[in-house]
Amino acid sequence: MVLKLKEVTKVIAQSDLERPILDQVSLSLAAGESLALTGESGSGKSTLLHLAGALDVFDSGEIYLDDQPLSDLSEAARAELRRTSVSVVFQQFNIIPSLDVAANIALHARLGNRHDAEWEAYLAERLGLSDLLHRFPEQLSGGQQQRVAIARALALRPKLLLADEPTGSLDEETGQAVLALMLELIRETHSALFLVTHSPTIASGLDRQLHLQGGRLR
Amino acid sequence: MSRTVLSALFSYWRRHLFQLGALIIGLALATALWAAVQAVNAQARASYAKAESYLAQAEQRSLSATTAPMRVADYVRLKRLGWKLSPVLQGRWRNSIQNLDIIGIDPLTSLQVPGQTPPSSAGGETPLLLALLQPPGGMIMHPETAGMFGSGYDAGFGHLQIIRSEAVPVGLAVVDISLASRLLGSAEQLTRLVLLEDVPLDREKLVQLPAHIQLASMAEAQVDPGSLTESFHLNLTAFGFLSFAVGLFIVQGMITLAMEQRRNMFRTLRCLGVPFVSLLGLLAVEMGVIAFISASIGLIIGHFIAIALLPGVSITLASLYGAQVEHGLSLRANWILSGLAMSFLGTALASAQSFYSLWKLPILLAPSTQARGQQLAGRYGAWALAGLALLAAGSIALMTYGGLLGGFVFLGGLMLGAALMLPFCLWQVLHLGQSLARGALAQWLWADARAQLPGLSLALMALMLALATNIGVGTMVSSFRLTFSDWMDQRLSAELYVTAQDDDQGAALQIWLEGQGHRVLPIRSHELQRQSGPLRIYGVRDDATYRENWPMLEARDAVWDKIAMGAGLLVSEQLARRENLRLGDHLPLPDGWPGEILGIYSDYGNPQGQAITSLAKLLDNAPGAPNRRFGIRLPVEEVPDLINVLMQEFDLKRENLVQQSLVKSRSMAVFNQTFLVTDALKLLTLGVASFAIFTSLVSLWSQRLPQLGPVWAMGVSRRVLALLDILRSLLMAALTALLALPLGLILSWALLDVINTEAFGWRLPMYMFPFDWLRLVLLSLLAAFVAALIPAWHLFRLHPHELLKVFSSER
Repeated sequence: MVLKLKEVTKVIAQSDLERPILDQVSLSLAAGESLALTGESGSGKSTLLHLAGALDVFDSGEIYLDDQPLSDLSEAARAELRRTSVSVVFQQFNIIPSLDVAANIALHARLGNRHDAEWEAYLAERLGLSDLLHRFPEQLSGGQQQRVAIARALALRPKLLLADEPTGSLDEETGQAVLALMLELIRETHSALFLVTHSPTIASGLDRQLHLQGGRLR
Repeated sequence: MSRTVLSALFSYWRRHLFQLGALIIGLALATALWAAVQAVNAQARASYAKAESYLAQAEQRSLSATTAPMRVADYVRLKRLGWKLSPVLQGRWRNSIQNLDIIGIDPLTSLQVPGQTPPSSAGGETPLLLALLQPPGGMIMHPETAGMFGSGYDAGFGHLQIIRSEAVPVGLAVVDISLASRLLGSAEQLTRLVLLEDVPLDREKLVQLPAHIQLASMAEAQVDPGSLTESFHLNLTAFGFLSFAVGLFIVQGMITLAMEQRRNMFRTLRCLGVPFVSLLGLLAVEMGVIAFISASIGLIIGHFIAIALLPGVSITLASLYGAQVEHGLSLRANWILSGLAMSFLGTALASAQSFYSLWKLPILLAPSTQARGQQLAGRYGAWALAGLALLAAGSIALMTYGGLLGGFVFLGGLMLGAALMLPFCLWQVLHLGQSLARGALAQWLWADARAQLPGLSLALMALMLALATNIGVGTMVSSFRLTFSDWMDQRLSAELYVTAQDDDQGAALQIWLEGQGHRVLPIRSHELQRQSGPLRIYGVRDDATYRENWPMLEARDAVWDKIAMGAGLLVSEQLARRENLRLGDHLPLPDGWPGEILGIYSDYGNPQGQAITSLAKLLDNAPGAPNRRFGIRLPVEEVPDLINVLMQEFDLKRENLVQQSLVKSRSMAVFNQTFLVTDALKLLTLGVASFAIFTSLVSLWSQRLPQLGPVWAMGVSRRVLALLDILRSLLMAALTALLALPLGLILSWALLDVINTEAFGWRLPMYMFPFDWLRLVLLSLLAAFVAALIPAWHLFRLHPHELLKVFSSER
């Protein structure tokens, strides 16, 4: 299994009161498989994604990334894991404004020592970014920026690709096209995709769908 | 990984060249001013060390007089008793070109004193000794000093040859002892006798010494120029440090801005697996590279500033303390390293807050810039309390320790404390303005100014410090100038000053002038060597000129009657402060001199102690006191005719006849030159602060779009917004200037009452100069106006598309 969650609980404090935002959540995801997680705003979707990406810590249970239990890992080891095995497409893209498109696409792969110029050029072409490689993020539309974020994530050839509303700033038609491309590319790289979305249409395009409600999976 | 992260970090600066430029210029300016001051101090200290080592070498163990002057007869007597000695006569030679310290030596015996006869630049000692011995004599001096005298000096009794030698310190001349005796008017007198035998002096030998002569070490006989001028250098260092601190505000502002704007980058890099410690380390490397580049530029600029400042400093030190400094600036490791260290330390200090907030930065969502601005505003109260605590600590230090140290601690606490209190005060004033404002736009303007305060507060703190410094130091200098001018009017009351060629001519001149019905005031003095340093005692006639004009600070009743009777003396303020003397105290002097202190008078610009008694008393004790200089009282319109007559009758040169107005204008010119350094430093500080405002406004303006966009959408044109932007900057600068005014006045009081009293040895009255303050306030408003022009112009020319982005990027 690329990703396995076993009875994971995460508690957050709100107005001096603690409540579990995730309550005994268990799931698993194999290589080449895609999973959509839906749920209302504030249901804990993004938190679950952050836990899966070793970006946040949980209170109980266990998460296995590529069969490694995350609770045993130091901060440095978690950073190493993020650098080499996991990619995240953030809701707000999080691309570096002072780097051009080409440098942004290559960034994560360079950090993980997986830089492959041909692969990055291929991704840029597939995502329609070939003519924009020397532009800076401020010169791109929201949709173009989102495609740069996707290209950066895939350039690493991660074992696990996490995506938080990756088509949120795209229209329905473009969103579907981008999703189809992502699915095609993760199959090419034999990665697993864990995607958080509001949209049932987007969710239906993936192998499996889970719904999060009141901190529990339905 | 490191290369990729560094490349990402530096990519920010490539895309924000203005910020990078402002950061480098800010740090370079801060370093430059600091390094310049350190370079000047290092140069001056090197000159003192050279002078000291020269004198120390030359004097070895010596005999000096304590209670009565040492005379040639004492020397002859000791020689007959078998003492091996070399006589030295030392003193201040006043001449028409430049006053000099001269050391008169006996060339024959002094050859046995290591270092006493310096080699000439041309090489070889023989021609140099010959020049000293050939009548009328020669003077060995540093090439820089010699430059003012040319090839020789006409001393009235002959043409003195000038010999150049690098071994002699600047401002000093080595001459034959007989020539020194003529130049100083100290016939039959000696300053000390250098022991030529390095053997221990047993009791039997010591009892041969007359009662007024004792064995003295170099440290006892001399006042070290370094210790005299230490306070001046401390003042310069304080100024350099203040400029450095003001420059750091720019650096802090730019670093904070860069860190703020890169928060998302840092989060992203951490999400992509860059360990936190690596990120911090690489950011430190980035800051180190910037600090090194800035320091290098700063040191080059500092070198040029120091070259420009050095002549002014040299004049200041010479006129205030009689200490000489070489003009040529040498590259010295200590100020270069100090500049580099300050640049790195400053960068570390300026980025500490940003690093701390980065350390606290959560890897996931963080509060927005605006929200953090509000948090910062919430901390203004705590800042103000810290400022109050600093003020209190400074005041306690002043009251507890007093003196120069207490004064500087007080000033540090005052300036830093006031800077910390500024944002709180501005916040409250802006809050009040907002609550009193009528109309939506006016309310928005006050609220907008408040919203901008977190981004501008550092630059405004820098502006306030610079303005307060300008007001404080300006008030101090202007008060000094006014006092000095009044003092000169009092001291220089004679209409004409005459210098005769020798004592005989002086006597003839006096008889002739009195025969013509003019009031003549002889200026006669004698220098006594005391343990605490030389003391020059003047003898004055009983004349209305002194009774009516002399700048007395405090005196006994009927003081001039008592002086005329020879019942006591007047001492200068410096001497009184240095030796803690009060009216009625007894100044320990050789027998025959009146010792009771009857009055204390101001005597600005004189580093040595001075006293006044009656002419008769002076001549009783020092019958050989030179009789060459006179002040003459006559109607001012008769002065030109008298000058012509004296030149014809007595064959006097024009330079020997000086009109009062010329002395005053020369003195004022020296005075103004003295404060050129201060003027330059305070203007540079104000310039740096203005630059801080400019960089803050230019850097922050793009962040203001979310504040401006909605108002624009509601129908306020870009033109009006641009004008309001300028108005807002003027408002902030005006409020800051108003708060800087009382701070500047307290600073001025501290400088006049505490620092200067310790540093120079005299206390000055404080005068108010409201027009100067108004000019400074207007200057700061002008700086704020110019600084606001570029952002306002950007705003005015802003495409609506950019303003619309505010809405489209809000998700």
